[in-house]
Amino acid sequence: MMFKKGGLDMTQPNGTGPVVLEARGIVKELGGNTVLNNVDLTLAKGDLKVLIGPSGSGKSTLLQCLNLLHIPEQGRLLLDGTQVNFKKKTDLYLLRQKVGMIFQEFNLFDHLSACQNVAIALRKVKKQSKKQAHDRACEELARVGLADKLDLYPAQLSGGQKQRVSIARALAMDPEVLLLDEPTSALDPELISEVLVVIRDLAKAGMTMLMATHQISFSAGLAHEFVFMENGQITEQGAPDALLAENSGSRTRDFCAKISELTGAEA
Amino acid sequence: MYDMLTFITSITDSLPYIFSGLWITVVLIIGAMGLGLLIGIPFSVIRVYGHPLARGCVALYVWFFRGVPILVLFYLFYFGLLSWLDQVPVLDFLPLEDAFFAAILVLGMATGAYQTQIFKGAILSLPQGQLKAARSLGMSDFSAITGIILPQALRFSIPAWSNEYSIVLKDSALAYVIGVAELMSRTRSVAAITHKPLPFTLFAGLIFFILTWAGVKGLKRLEQKVQIQGYIQ
Repeated sequence: MMFKKGGLDMTQPNGTGPVVLEARGIVKELGGNTVLNNVDLTLAKGDLKVLIGPSGSGKSTLLQCLNLLHIPEQGRLLLDGTQVNFKKKTDLYLLRQKVGMIFQEFNLFDHLSACQNVAIALRKVKKQSKKQAHDRACEELARVGLADKLDLYPAQLSGGQKQRVSIARALAMDPEVLLLDEPTSALDPELISEVLVVIRDLAKAGMTMLMATHQISFSAGLAHEFVFMENGQITEQGAPDALLAENSGSRTRDFCAKISELTGAEA
Repeated sequence: MYDMLTFITSITDSLPYIFSGLWITVVLIIGAMGLGLLIGIPFSVIRVYGHPLARGCVALYVWFFRGVPILVLFYLFYFGLLSWLDQVPVLDFLPLEDAFFAAILVLGMATGAYQTQIFKGAILSLPQGQLKAARSLGMSDFSAITGIILPQALRFSIPAWSNEYSIVLKDSALAYVIGVAELMSRTRSVAAITHKPLPFTLFAGLIFFILTWAGVKGLKRLEQKVQIQGYIQ
């Protein structure tokens, strides 16, 4: 997982890599409502898929099911071709290590410095020594441009810096897949770009990612595929160019046009 | 003048006796608060994150020890439960007939119920997204709770815990009813012998006041020492 600065302007078209994460027939109920209704999704190595859709369509729940923070009522989840046993705690812990998660609200550990935030899981999960974990944490924070903020606490960081710490924290676990749940939605407009730059560099380095976002123009330039969700189901799926084309008549185009009207951004 | 002199000697003569009672009070309060921590921390975690059955058991424990007066607990335990358990040969290694042991047990179990509530409140006040984040990194529930949740919850509990300390300190004076020779019970006997209840009772009150003040001050200092940088709750 390396950052290649410069180089390609677009991520390589994918569809050739081996399947990393595969979800089949995921059904999730929350509070008596069926939030996810028979969702299938496949992520191949190097894929960048972008989840879009209206609020309440199940994007966030799907991401949390893929990390098994929510256990689906029905369906199967396969990591590198091996089915995960939802009833086995060790299976859950192992999958979560391999499938990183970035939250809208950052969810940094408030009592730990930036460096400790990254190091703690290395120590507790990977059983690394204090020094080993600390060095790795410094390295990851330097990659997201926070080499000078190692000893600051979350309360002393801006929103954009917090989100970059949380990305460093996830990357330190060497995940095979990164799930991003609206990573820029809670940020001040002027802080969004510093996080998007990190995500773009990750995409260029070939990180397998699934991202829920409303940053349509940004993701259209990077994503291999748009995945449109509505009412707990994936209703449209395809290359951004095809779905956003003027004559496509897709629900995705409709939706993106509405967002763009409001924000003034080009779809 | 002569009266004054005998009065002063009576005080100085009895001071060592009263002060050895102070020592017993201090050990009693440290033991009780310590036992309360040992009960309160795991019980609060169970109360919030535990299996429904375990949660119910903790709720029952808290309900009982908060509902029954300390005085009644002293009688129930010392003259009832403990003297009954004393007949059981397997438990011979425990000093069940010892009033001091009973006092620590009763005060500790009672404050354990209150401390459970203190820590539970602090855990619930934390943003729960942090637990999610810890789990998302592959941390076990145990690691997440001991490494992420408790270090923060315990910090935020210090003001309420300091309040609990000042209450238990004064509850400890009730241990005289089962014959523990702590500060208050020694003060009472000295007052009875010298027929001077007022100065000795005032003296005991002053010592309790100093103990409370010193403990609360110390905990305040601890709170500032472990404060999270830049954090405003």
